[in-house]
Amino acid sequence: MTQQQTTGGDVRLTGISKAYGSFTAVHPLDLTVPQGSFFALLGASGCGKTTTLRMIAGLEEASTGTVSLGGTDITALPPHKRPVNTVFQSYALFPHLDVTENIAFGLRRRRVTSVRERVAEMLELVQLGDFARRRPHQLSGGQQQRVAVARALINHPQVLLLDEPLGALDLKLRRRMQLELKRIQTEVGITFVHVTHDQEEAMTMADTVAVMNAGRVEQLGSPADLYENPRTTFVANFLGTSNLIEAEIVSAGTDVVVSAGGGTLRLPGSRCPAPTPPGGRLLVGIRPEKISLAPATDAEPAADGRNRVTGRITESSFIGVSTQYVVESPAGKALQVYEQNVEHRRGLAPGSEVVLHWDPAHTFALDATQDMDAGVQSVEDAA
Amino acid sequence: MSATDTPPAPPAEEAAPARPVRGRSLRKRLVPYWLLLPGILWLLVFFALPMVYQASTSVQTGSLEQGFRVTWHFRTYADAFADYYPQFVRSLLYAGTATLLCLLLGYPLAYLIAFRAGRWRNLLLVLVIAPFFTSFLIRTLAWKTILADGGAVVDALEGLHVLDVTSRLGWTEDNRILATPMAVVCGLTYNFLPFMILPLYTSLDRIDPRLHEAAGDLYATPAATFRTVTLPLSMPGVVAGTLLTFIPASGDYVNAELLGSTDTKMVGSVIQSQFLRVLDYPTAAALSFILMAVVLLVVTVYIRRSGTEDLL
Repeated sequence: MTQQQTTGGDVRLTGISKAYGSFTAVHPLDLTVPQGSFFALLGASGCGKTTTLRMIAGLEEASTGTVSLGGTDITALPPHKRPVNTVFQSYALFPHLDVTENIAFGLRRRRVTSVRERVAEMLELVQLGDFARRRPHQLSGGQQQRVAVARALINHPQVLLLDEPLGALDLKLRRRMQLELKRIQTEVGITFVHVTHDQEEAMTMADTVAVMNAGRVEQLGSPADLYENPRTTFVANFLGTSNLIEAEIVSAGTDVVVSAGGGTLRLPGSRCPAPTPPGGRLLVGIRPEKISLAPATDAEPAADGRNRVTGRITESSFIGVSTQYVVESPAGKALQVYEQNVEHRRGLAPGSEVVLHWDPAHTFALDATQDMDAGVQSVEDAA
Repeated sequence: MSATDTPPAPPAEEAAPARPVRGRSLRKRLVPYWLLLPGILWLLVFFALPMVYQASTSVQTGSLEQGFRVTWHFRTYADAFADYYPQFVRSLLYAGTATLLCLLLGYPLAYLIAFRAGRWRNLLLVLVIAPFFTSFLIRTLAWKTILADGGAVVDALEGLHVLDVTSRLGWTEDNRILATPMAVVCGLTYNFLPFMILPLYTSLDRIDPRLHEAAGDLYATPAATFRTVTLPLSMPGVVAGTLLTFIPASGDYVNAELLGSTDTKMVGSVIQSQFLRVLDYPTAAALSFILMAVVLLVVTVYIRRSGTEDLL
């Protein structure tokens, strides 16, 4: 087995599901991970993302469906016969072997020659040359993580599976390792499937993100697409923050006009879920950073054609780059607004009456039958 | 040092709150030694003193009637070894065989309990320890019934022609098991099996099952996973288990006495009869020391060879 292995193909999951007794961890799902892409499975803990990953690795038997790799059905293969490797959440390094032997493990099992050179190469790639003879317990968390990556990558798998590999690291190190993993992925060109509960991590690293919730894929797309065009409240709330406003449709057309909190708002018809009959209900969404604030005392606070909502600031917190405001208004009890700290703003202290205004094009709408708070606060890592 | 960062003081210290700091820290430094004292006293009275006493007995001469005197008669060692070396060899052989059997029987069981037993784990562990609820002697006597002539075991093995093979090997005699080496080894294996299983279980239980997954993920077949991950990581348990089995088994005499014959006497039986029946105390003491030295030698070589010094 040589490097040619890497010219495999797509990972294709077809109707794959996993049930433990009466509990369904993963509902039948179809997923295609294009070759060479950095793919993230994002979701809160218990959403089935790790189970999905383990089914690709063969560590978990799928209840239904098939896993194929480059057109070959690998569903029935045991883990040691699959051309995929995993970086485990806890790293699972072999405590009785030193760094070199940990990394060489896969090569030795396949009786590959030139182990020494390849291990040296790999140590170079993950910048651990000086630690070749250390045992895992003599390494820091970040170093252990890199050994785990090297141990998997040295086998030139068709797919590298990463199960929350950065979860045990502190924030700073995590940010650095994210960049490093991204660098390695670009360098070796192997397909990475990365499982994480950290939306920021998924968005920084992945080309494509699949947001999972309760055993289902909620939405799949590029990070920017998911952020700008969430299709469910879960995605809208889980990826960043969204202000969701309950609204009733007044008129539909190229622009949809809705009434909410005593006023009207406009949004592009193309950003509404399919049927938009007048009188129907919608959840109108707007991201906090898209909103501008103006004191209500200003004579003409916003240009015409912009969506406007009046309210009163209840909280403001200065966080350097921006200031985050919470605004109480008829449209919503706690609308979030992020204002860049470009210049000092007067009249924006808690208690002030303000006007919120934004470009209607930045407004999106969601099906109103969903739970408005789905996905809120489920990210433990708020930093 | 303020009162707040001092741990709760023993009662003696409360009486002297105004003592200078140095006195306090000295007392504190002495605490570990006070804690050691009971153990040290115990070992002194019940281990060190008897050892010295036995050592002196082993170089005494005389008789029960005239009394024994220390005459530095080291010949006793040479004579004792010359007279009883077959029993020594037999002891090591039986104990070694029993230890090996314990390992072969115990490892799969310990593995099963550690990795596969699920909710049955505690029940199985209790079952492993259950024999200890009955006395060692009674359990060994029970084996007399199990292996009795004309019993189910003998009949079954005879029917399967196993006894023909074992007889040819000299393990059994004349289609009987009782009073043969096989009976003694069976008894030893049975009696010391828990001492093998428990340390094995402890060290297997400590292995993170994710290491097995990782090995499988890295192209190791189940057999290779066992060879390269499970077995090396369980070596501390293997070493501890074999020592806990081999050392007491090599000095055991109950199994040889109850299940064996005069041809299967182990050195433990000899020491026991020298002490209690022949009343030749120097020879008995010398035999004890030789046994100790031999076991120590075997164990040292074993630990060195198994290369687990850093794991122990």
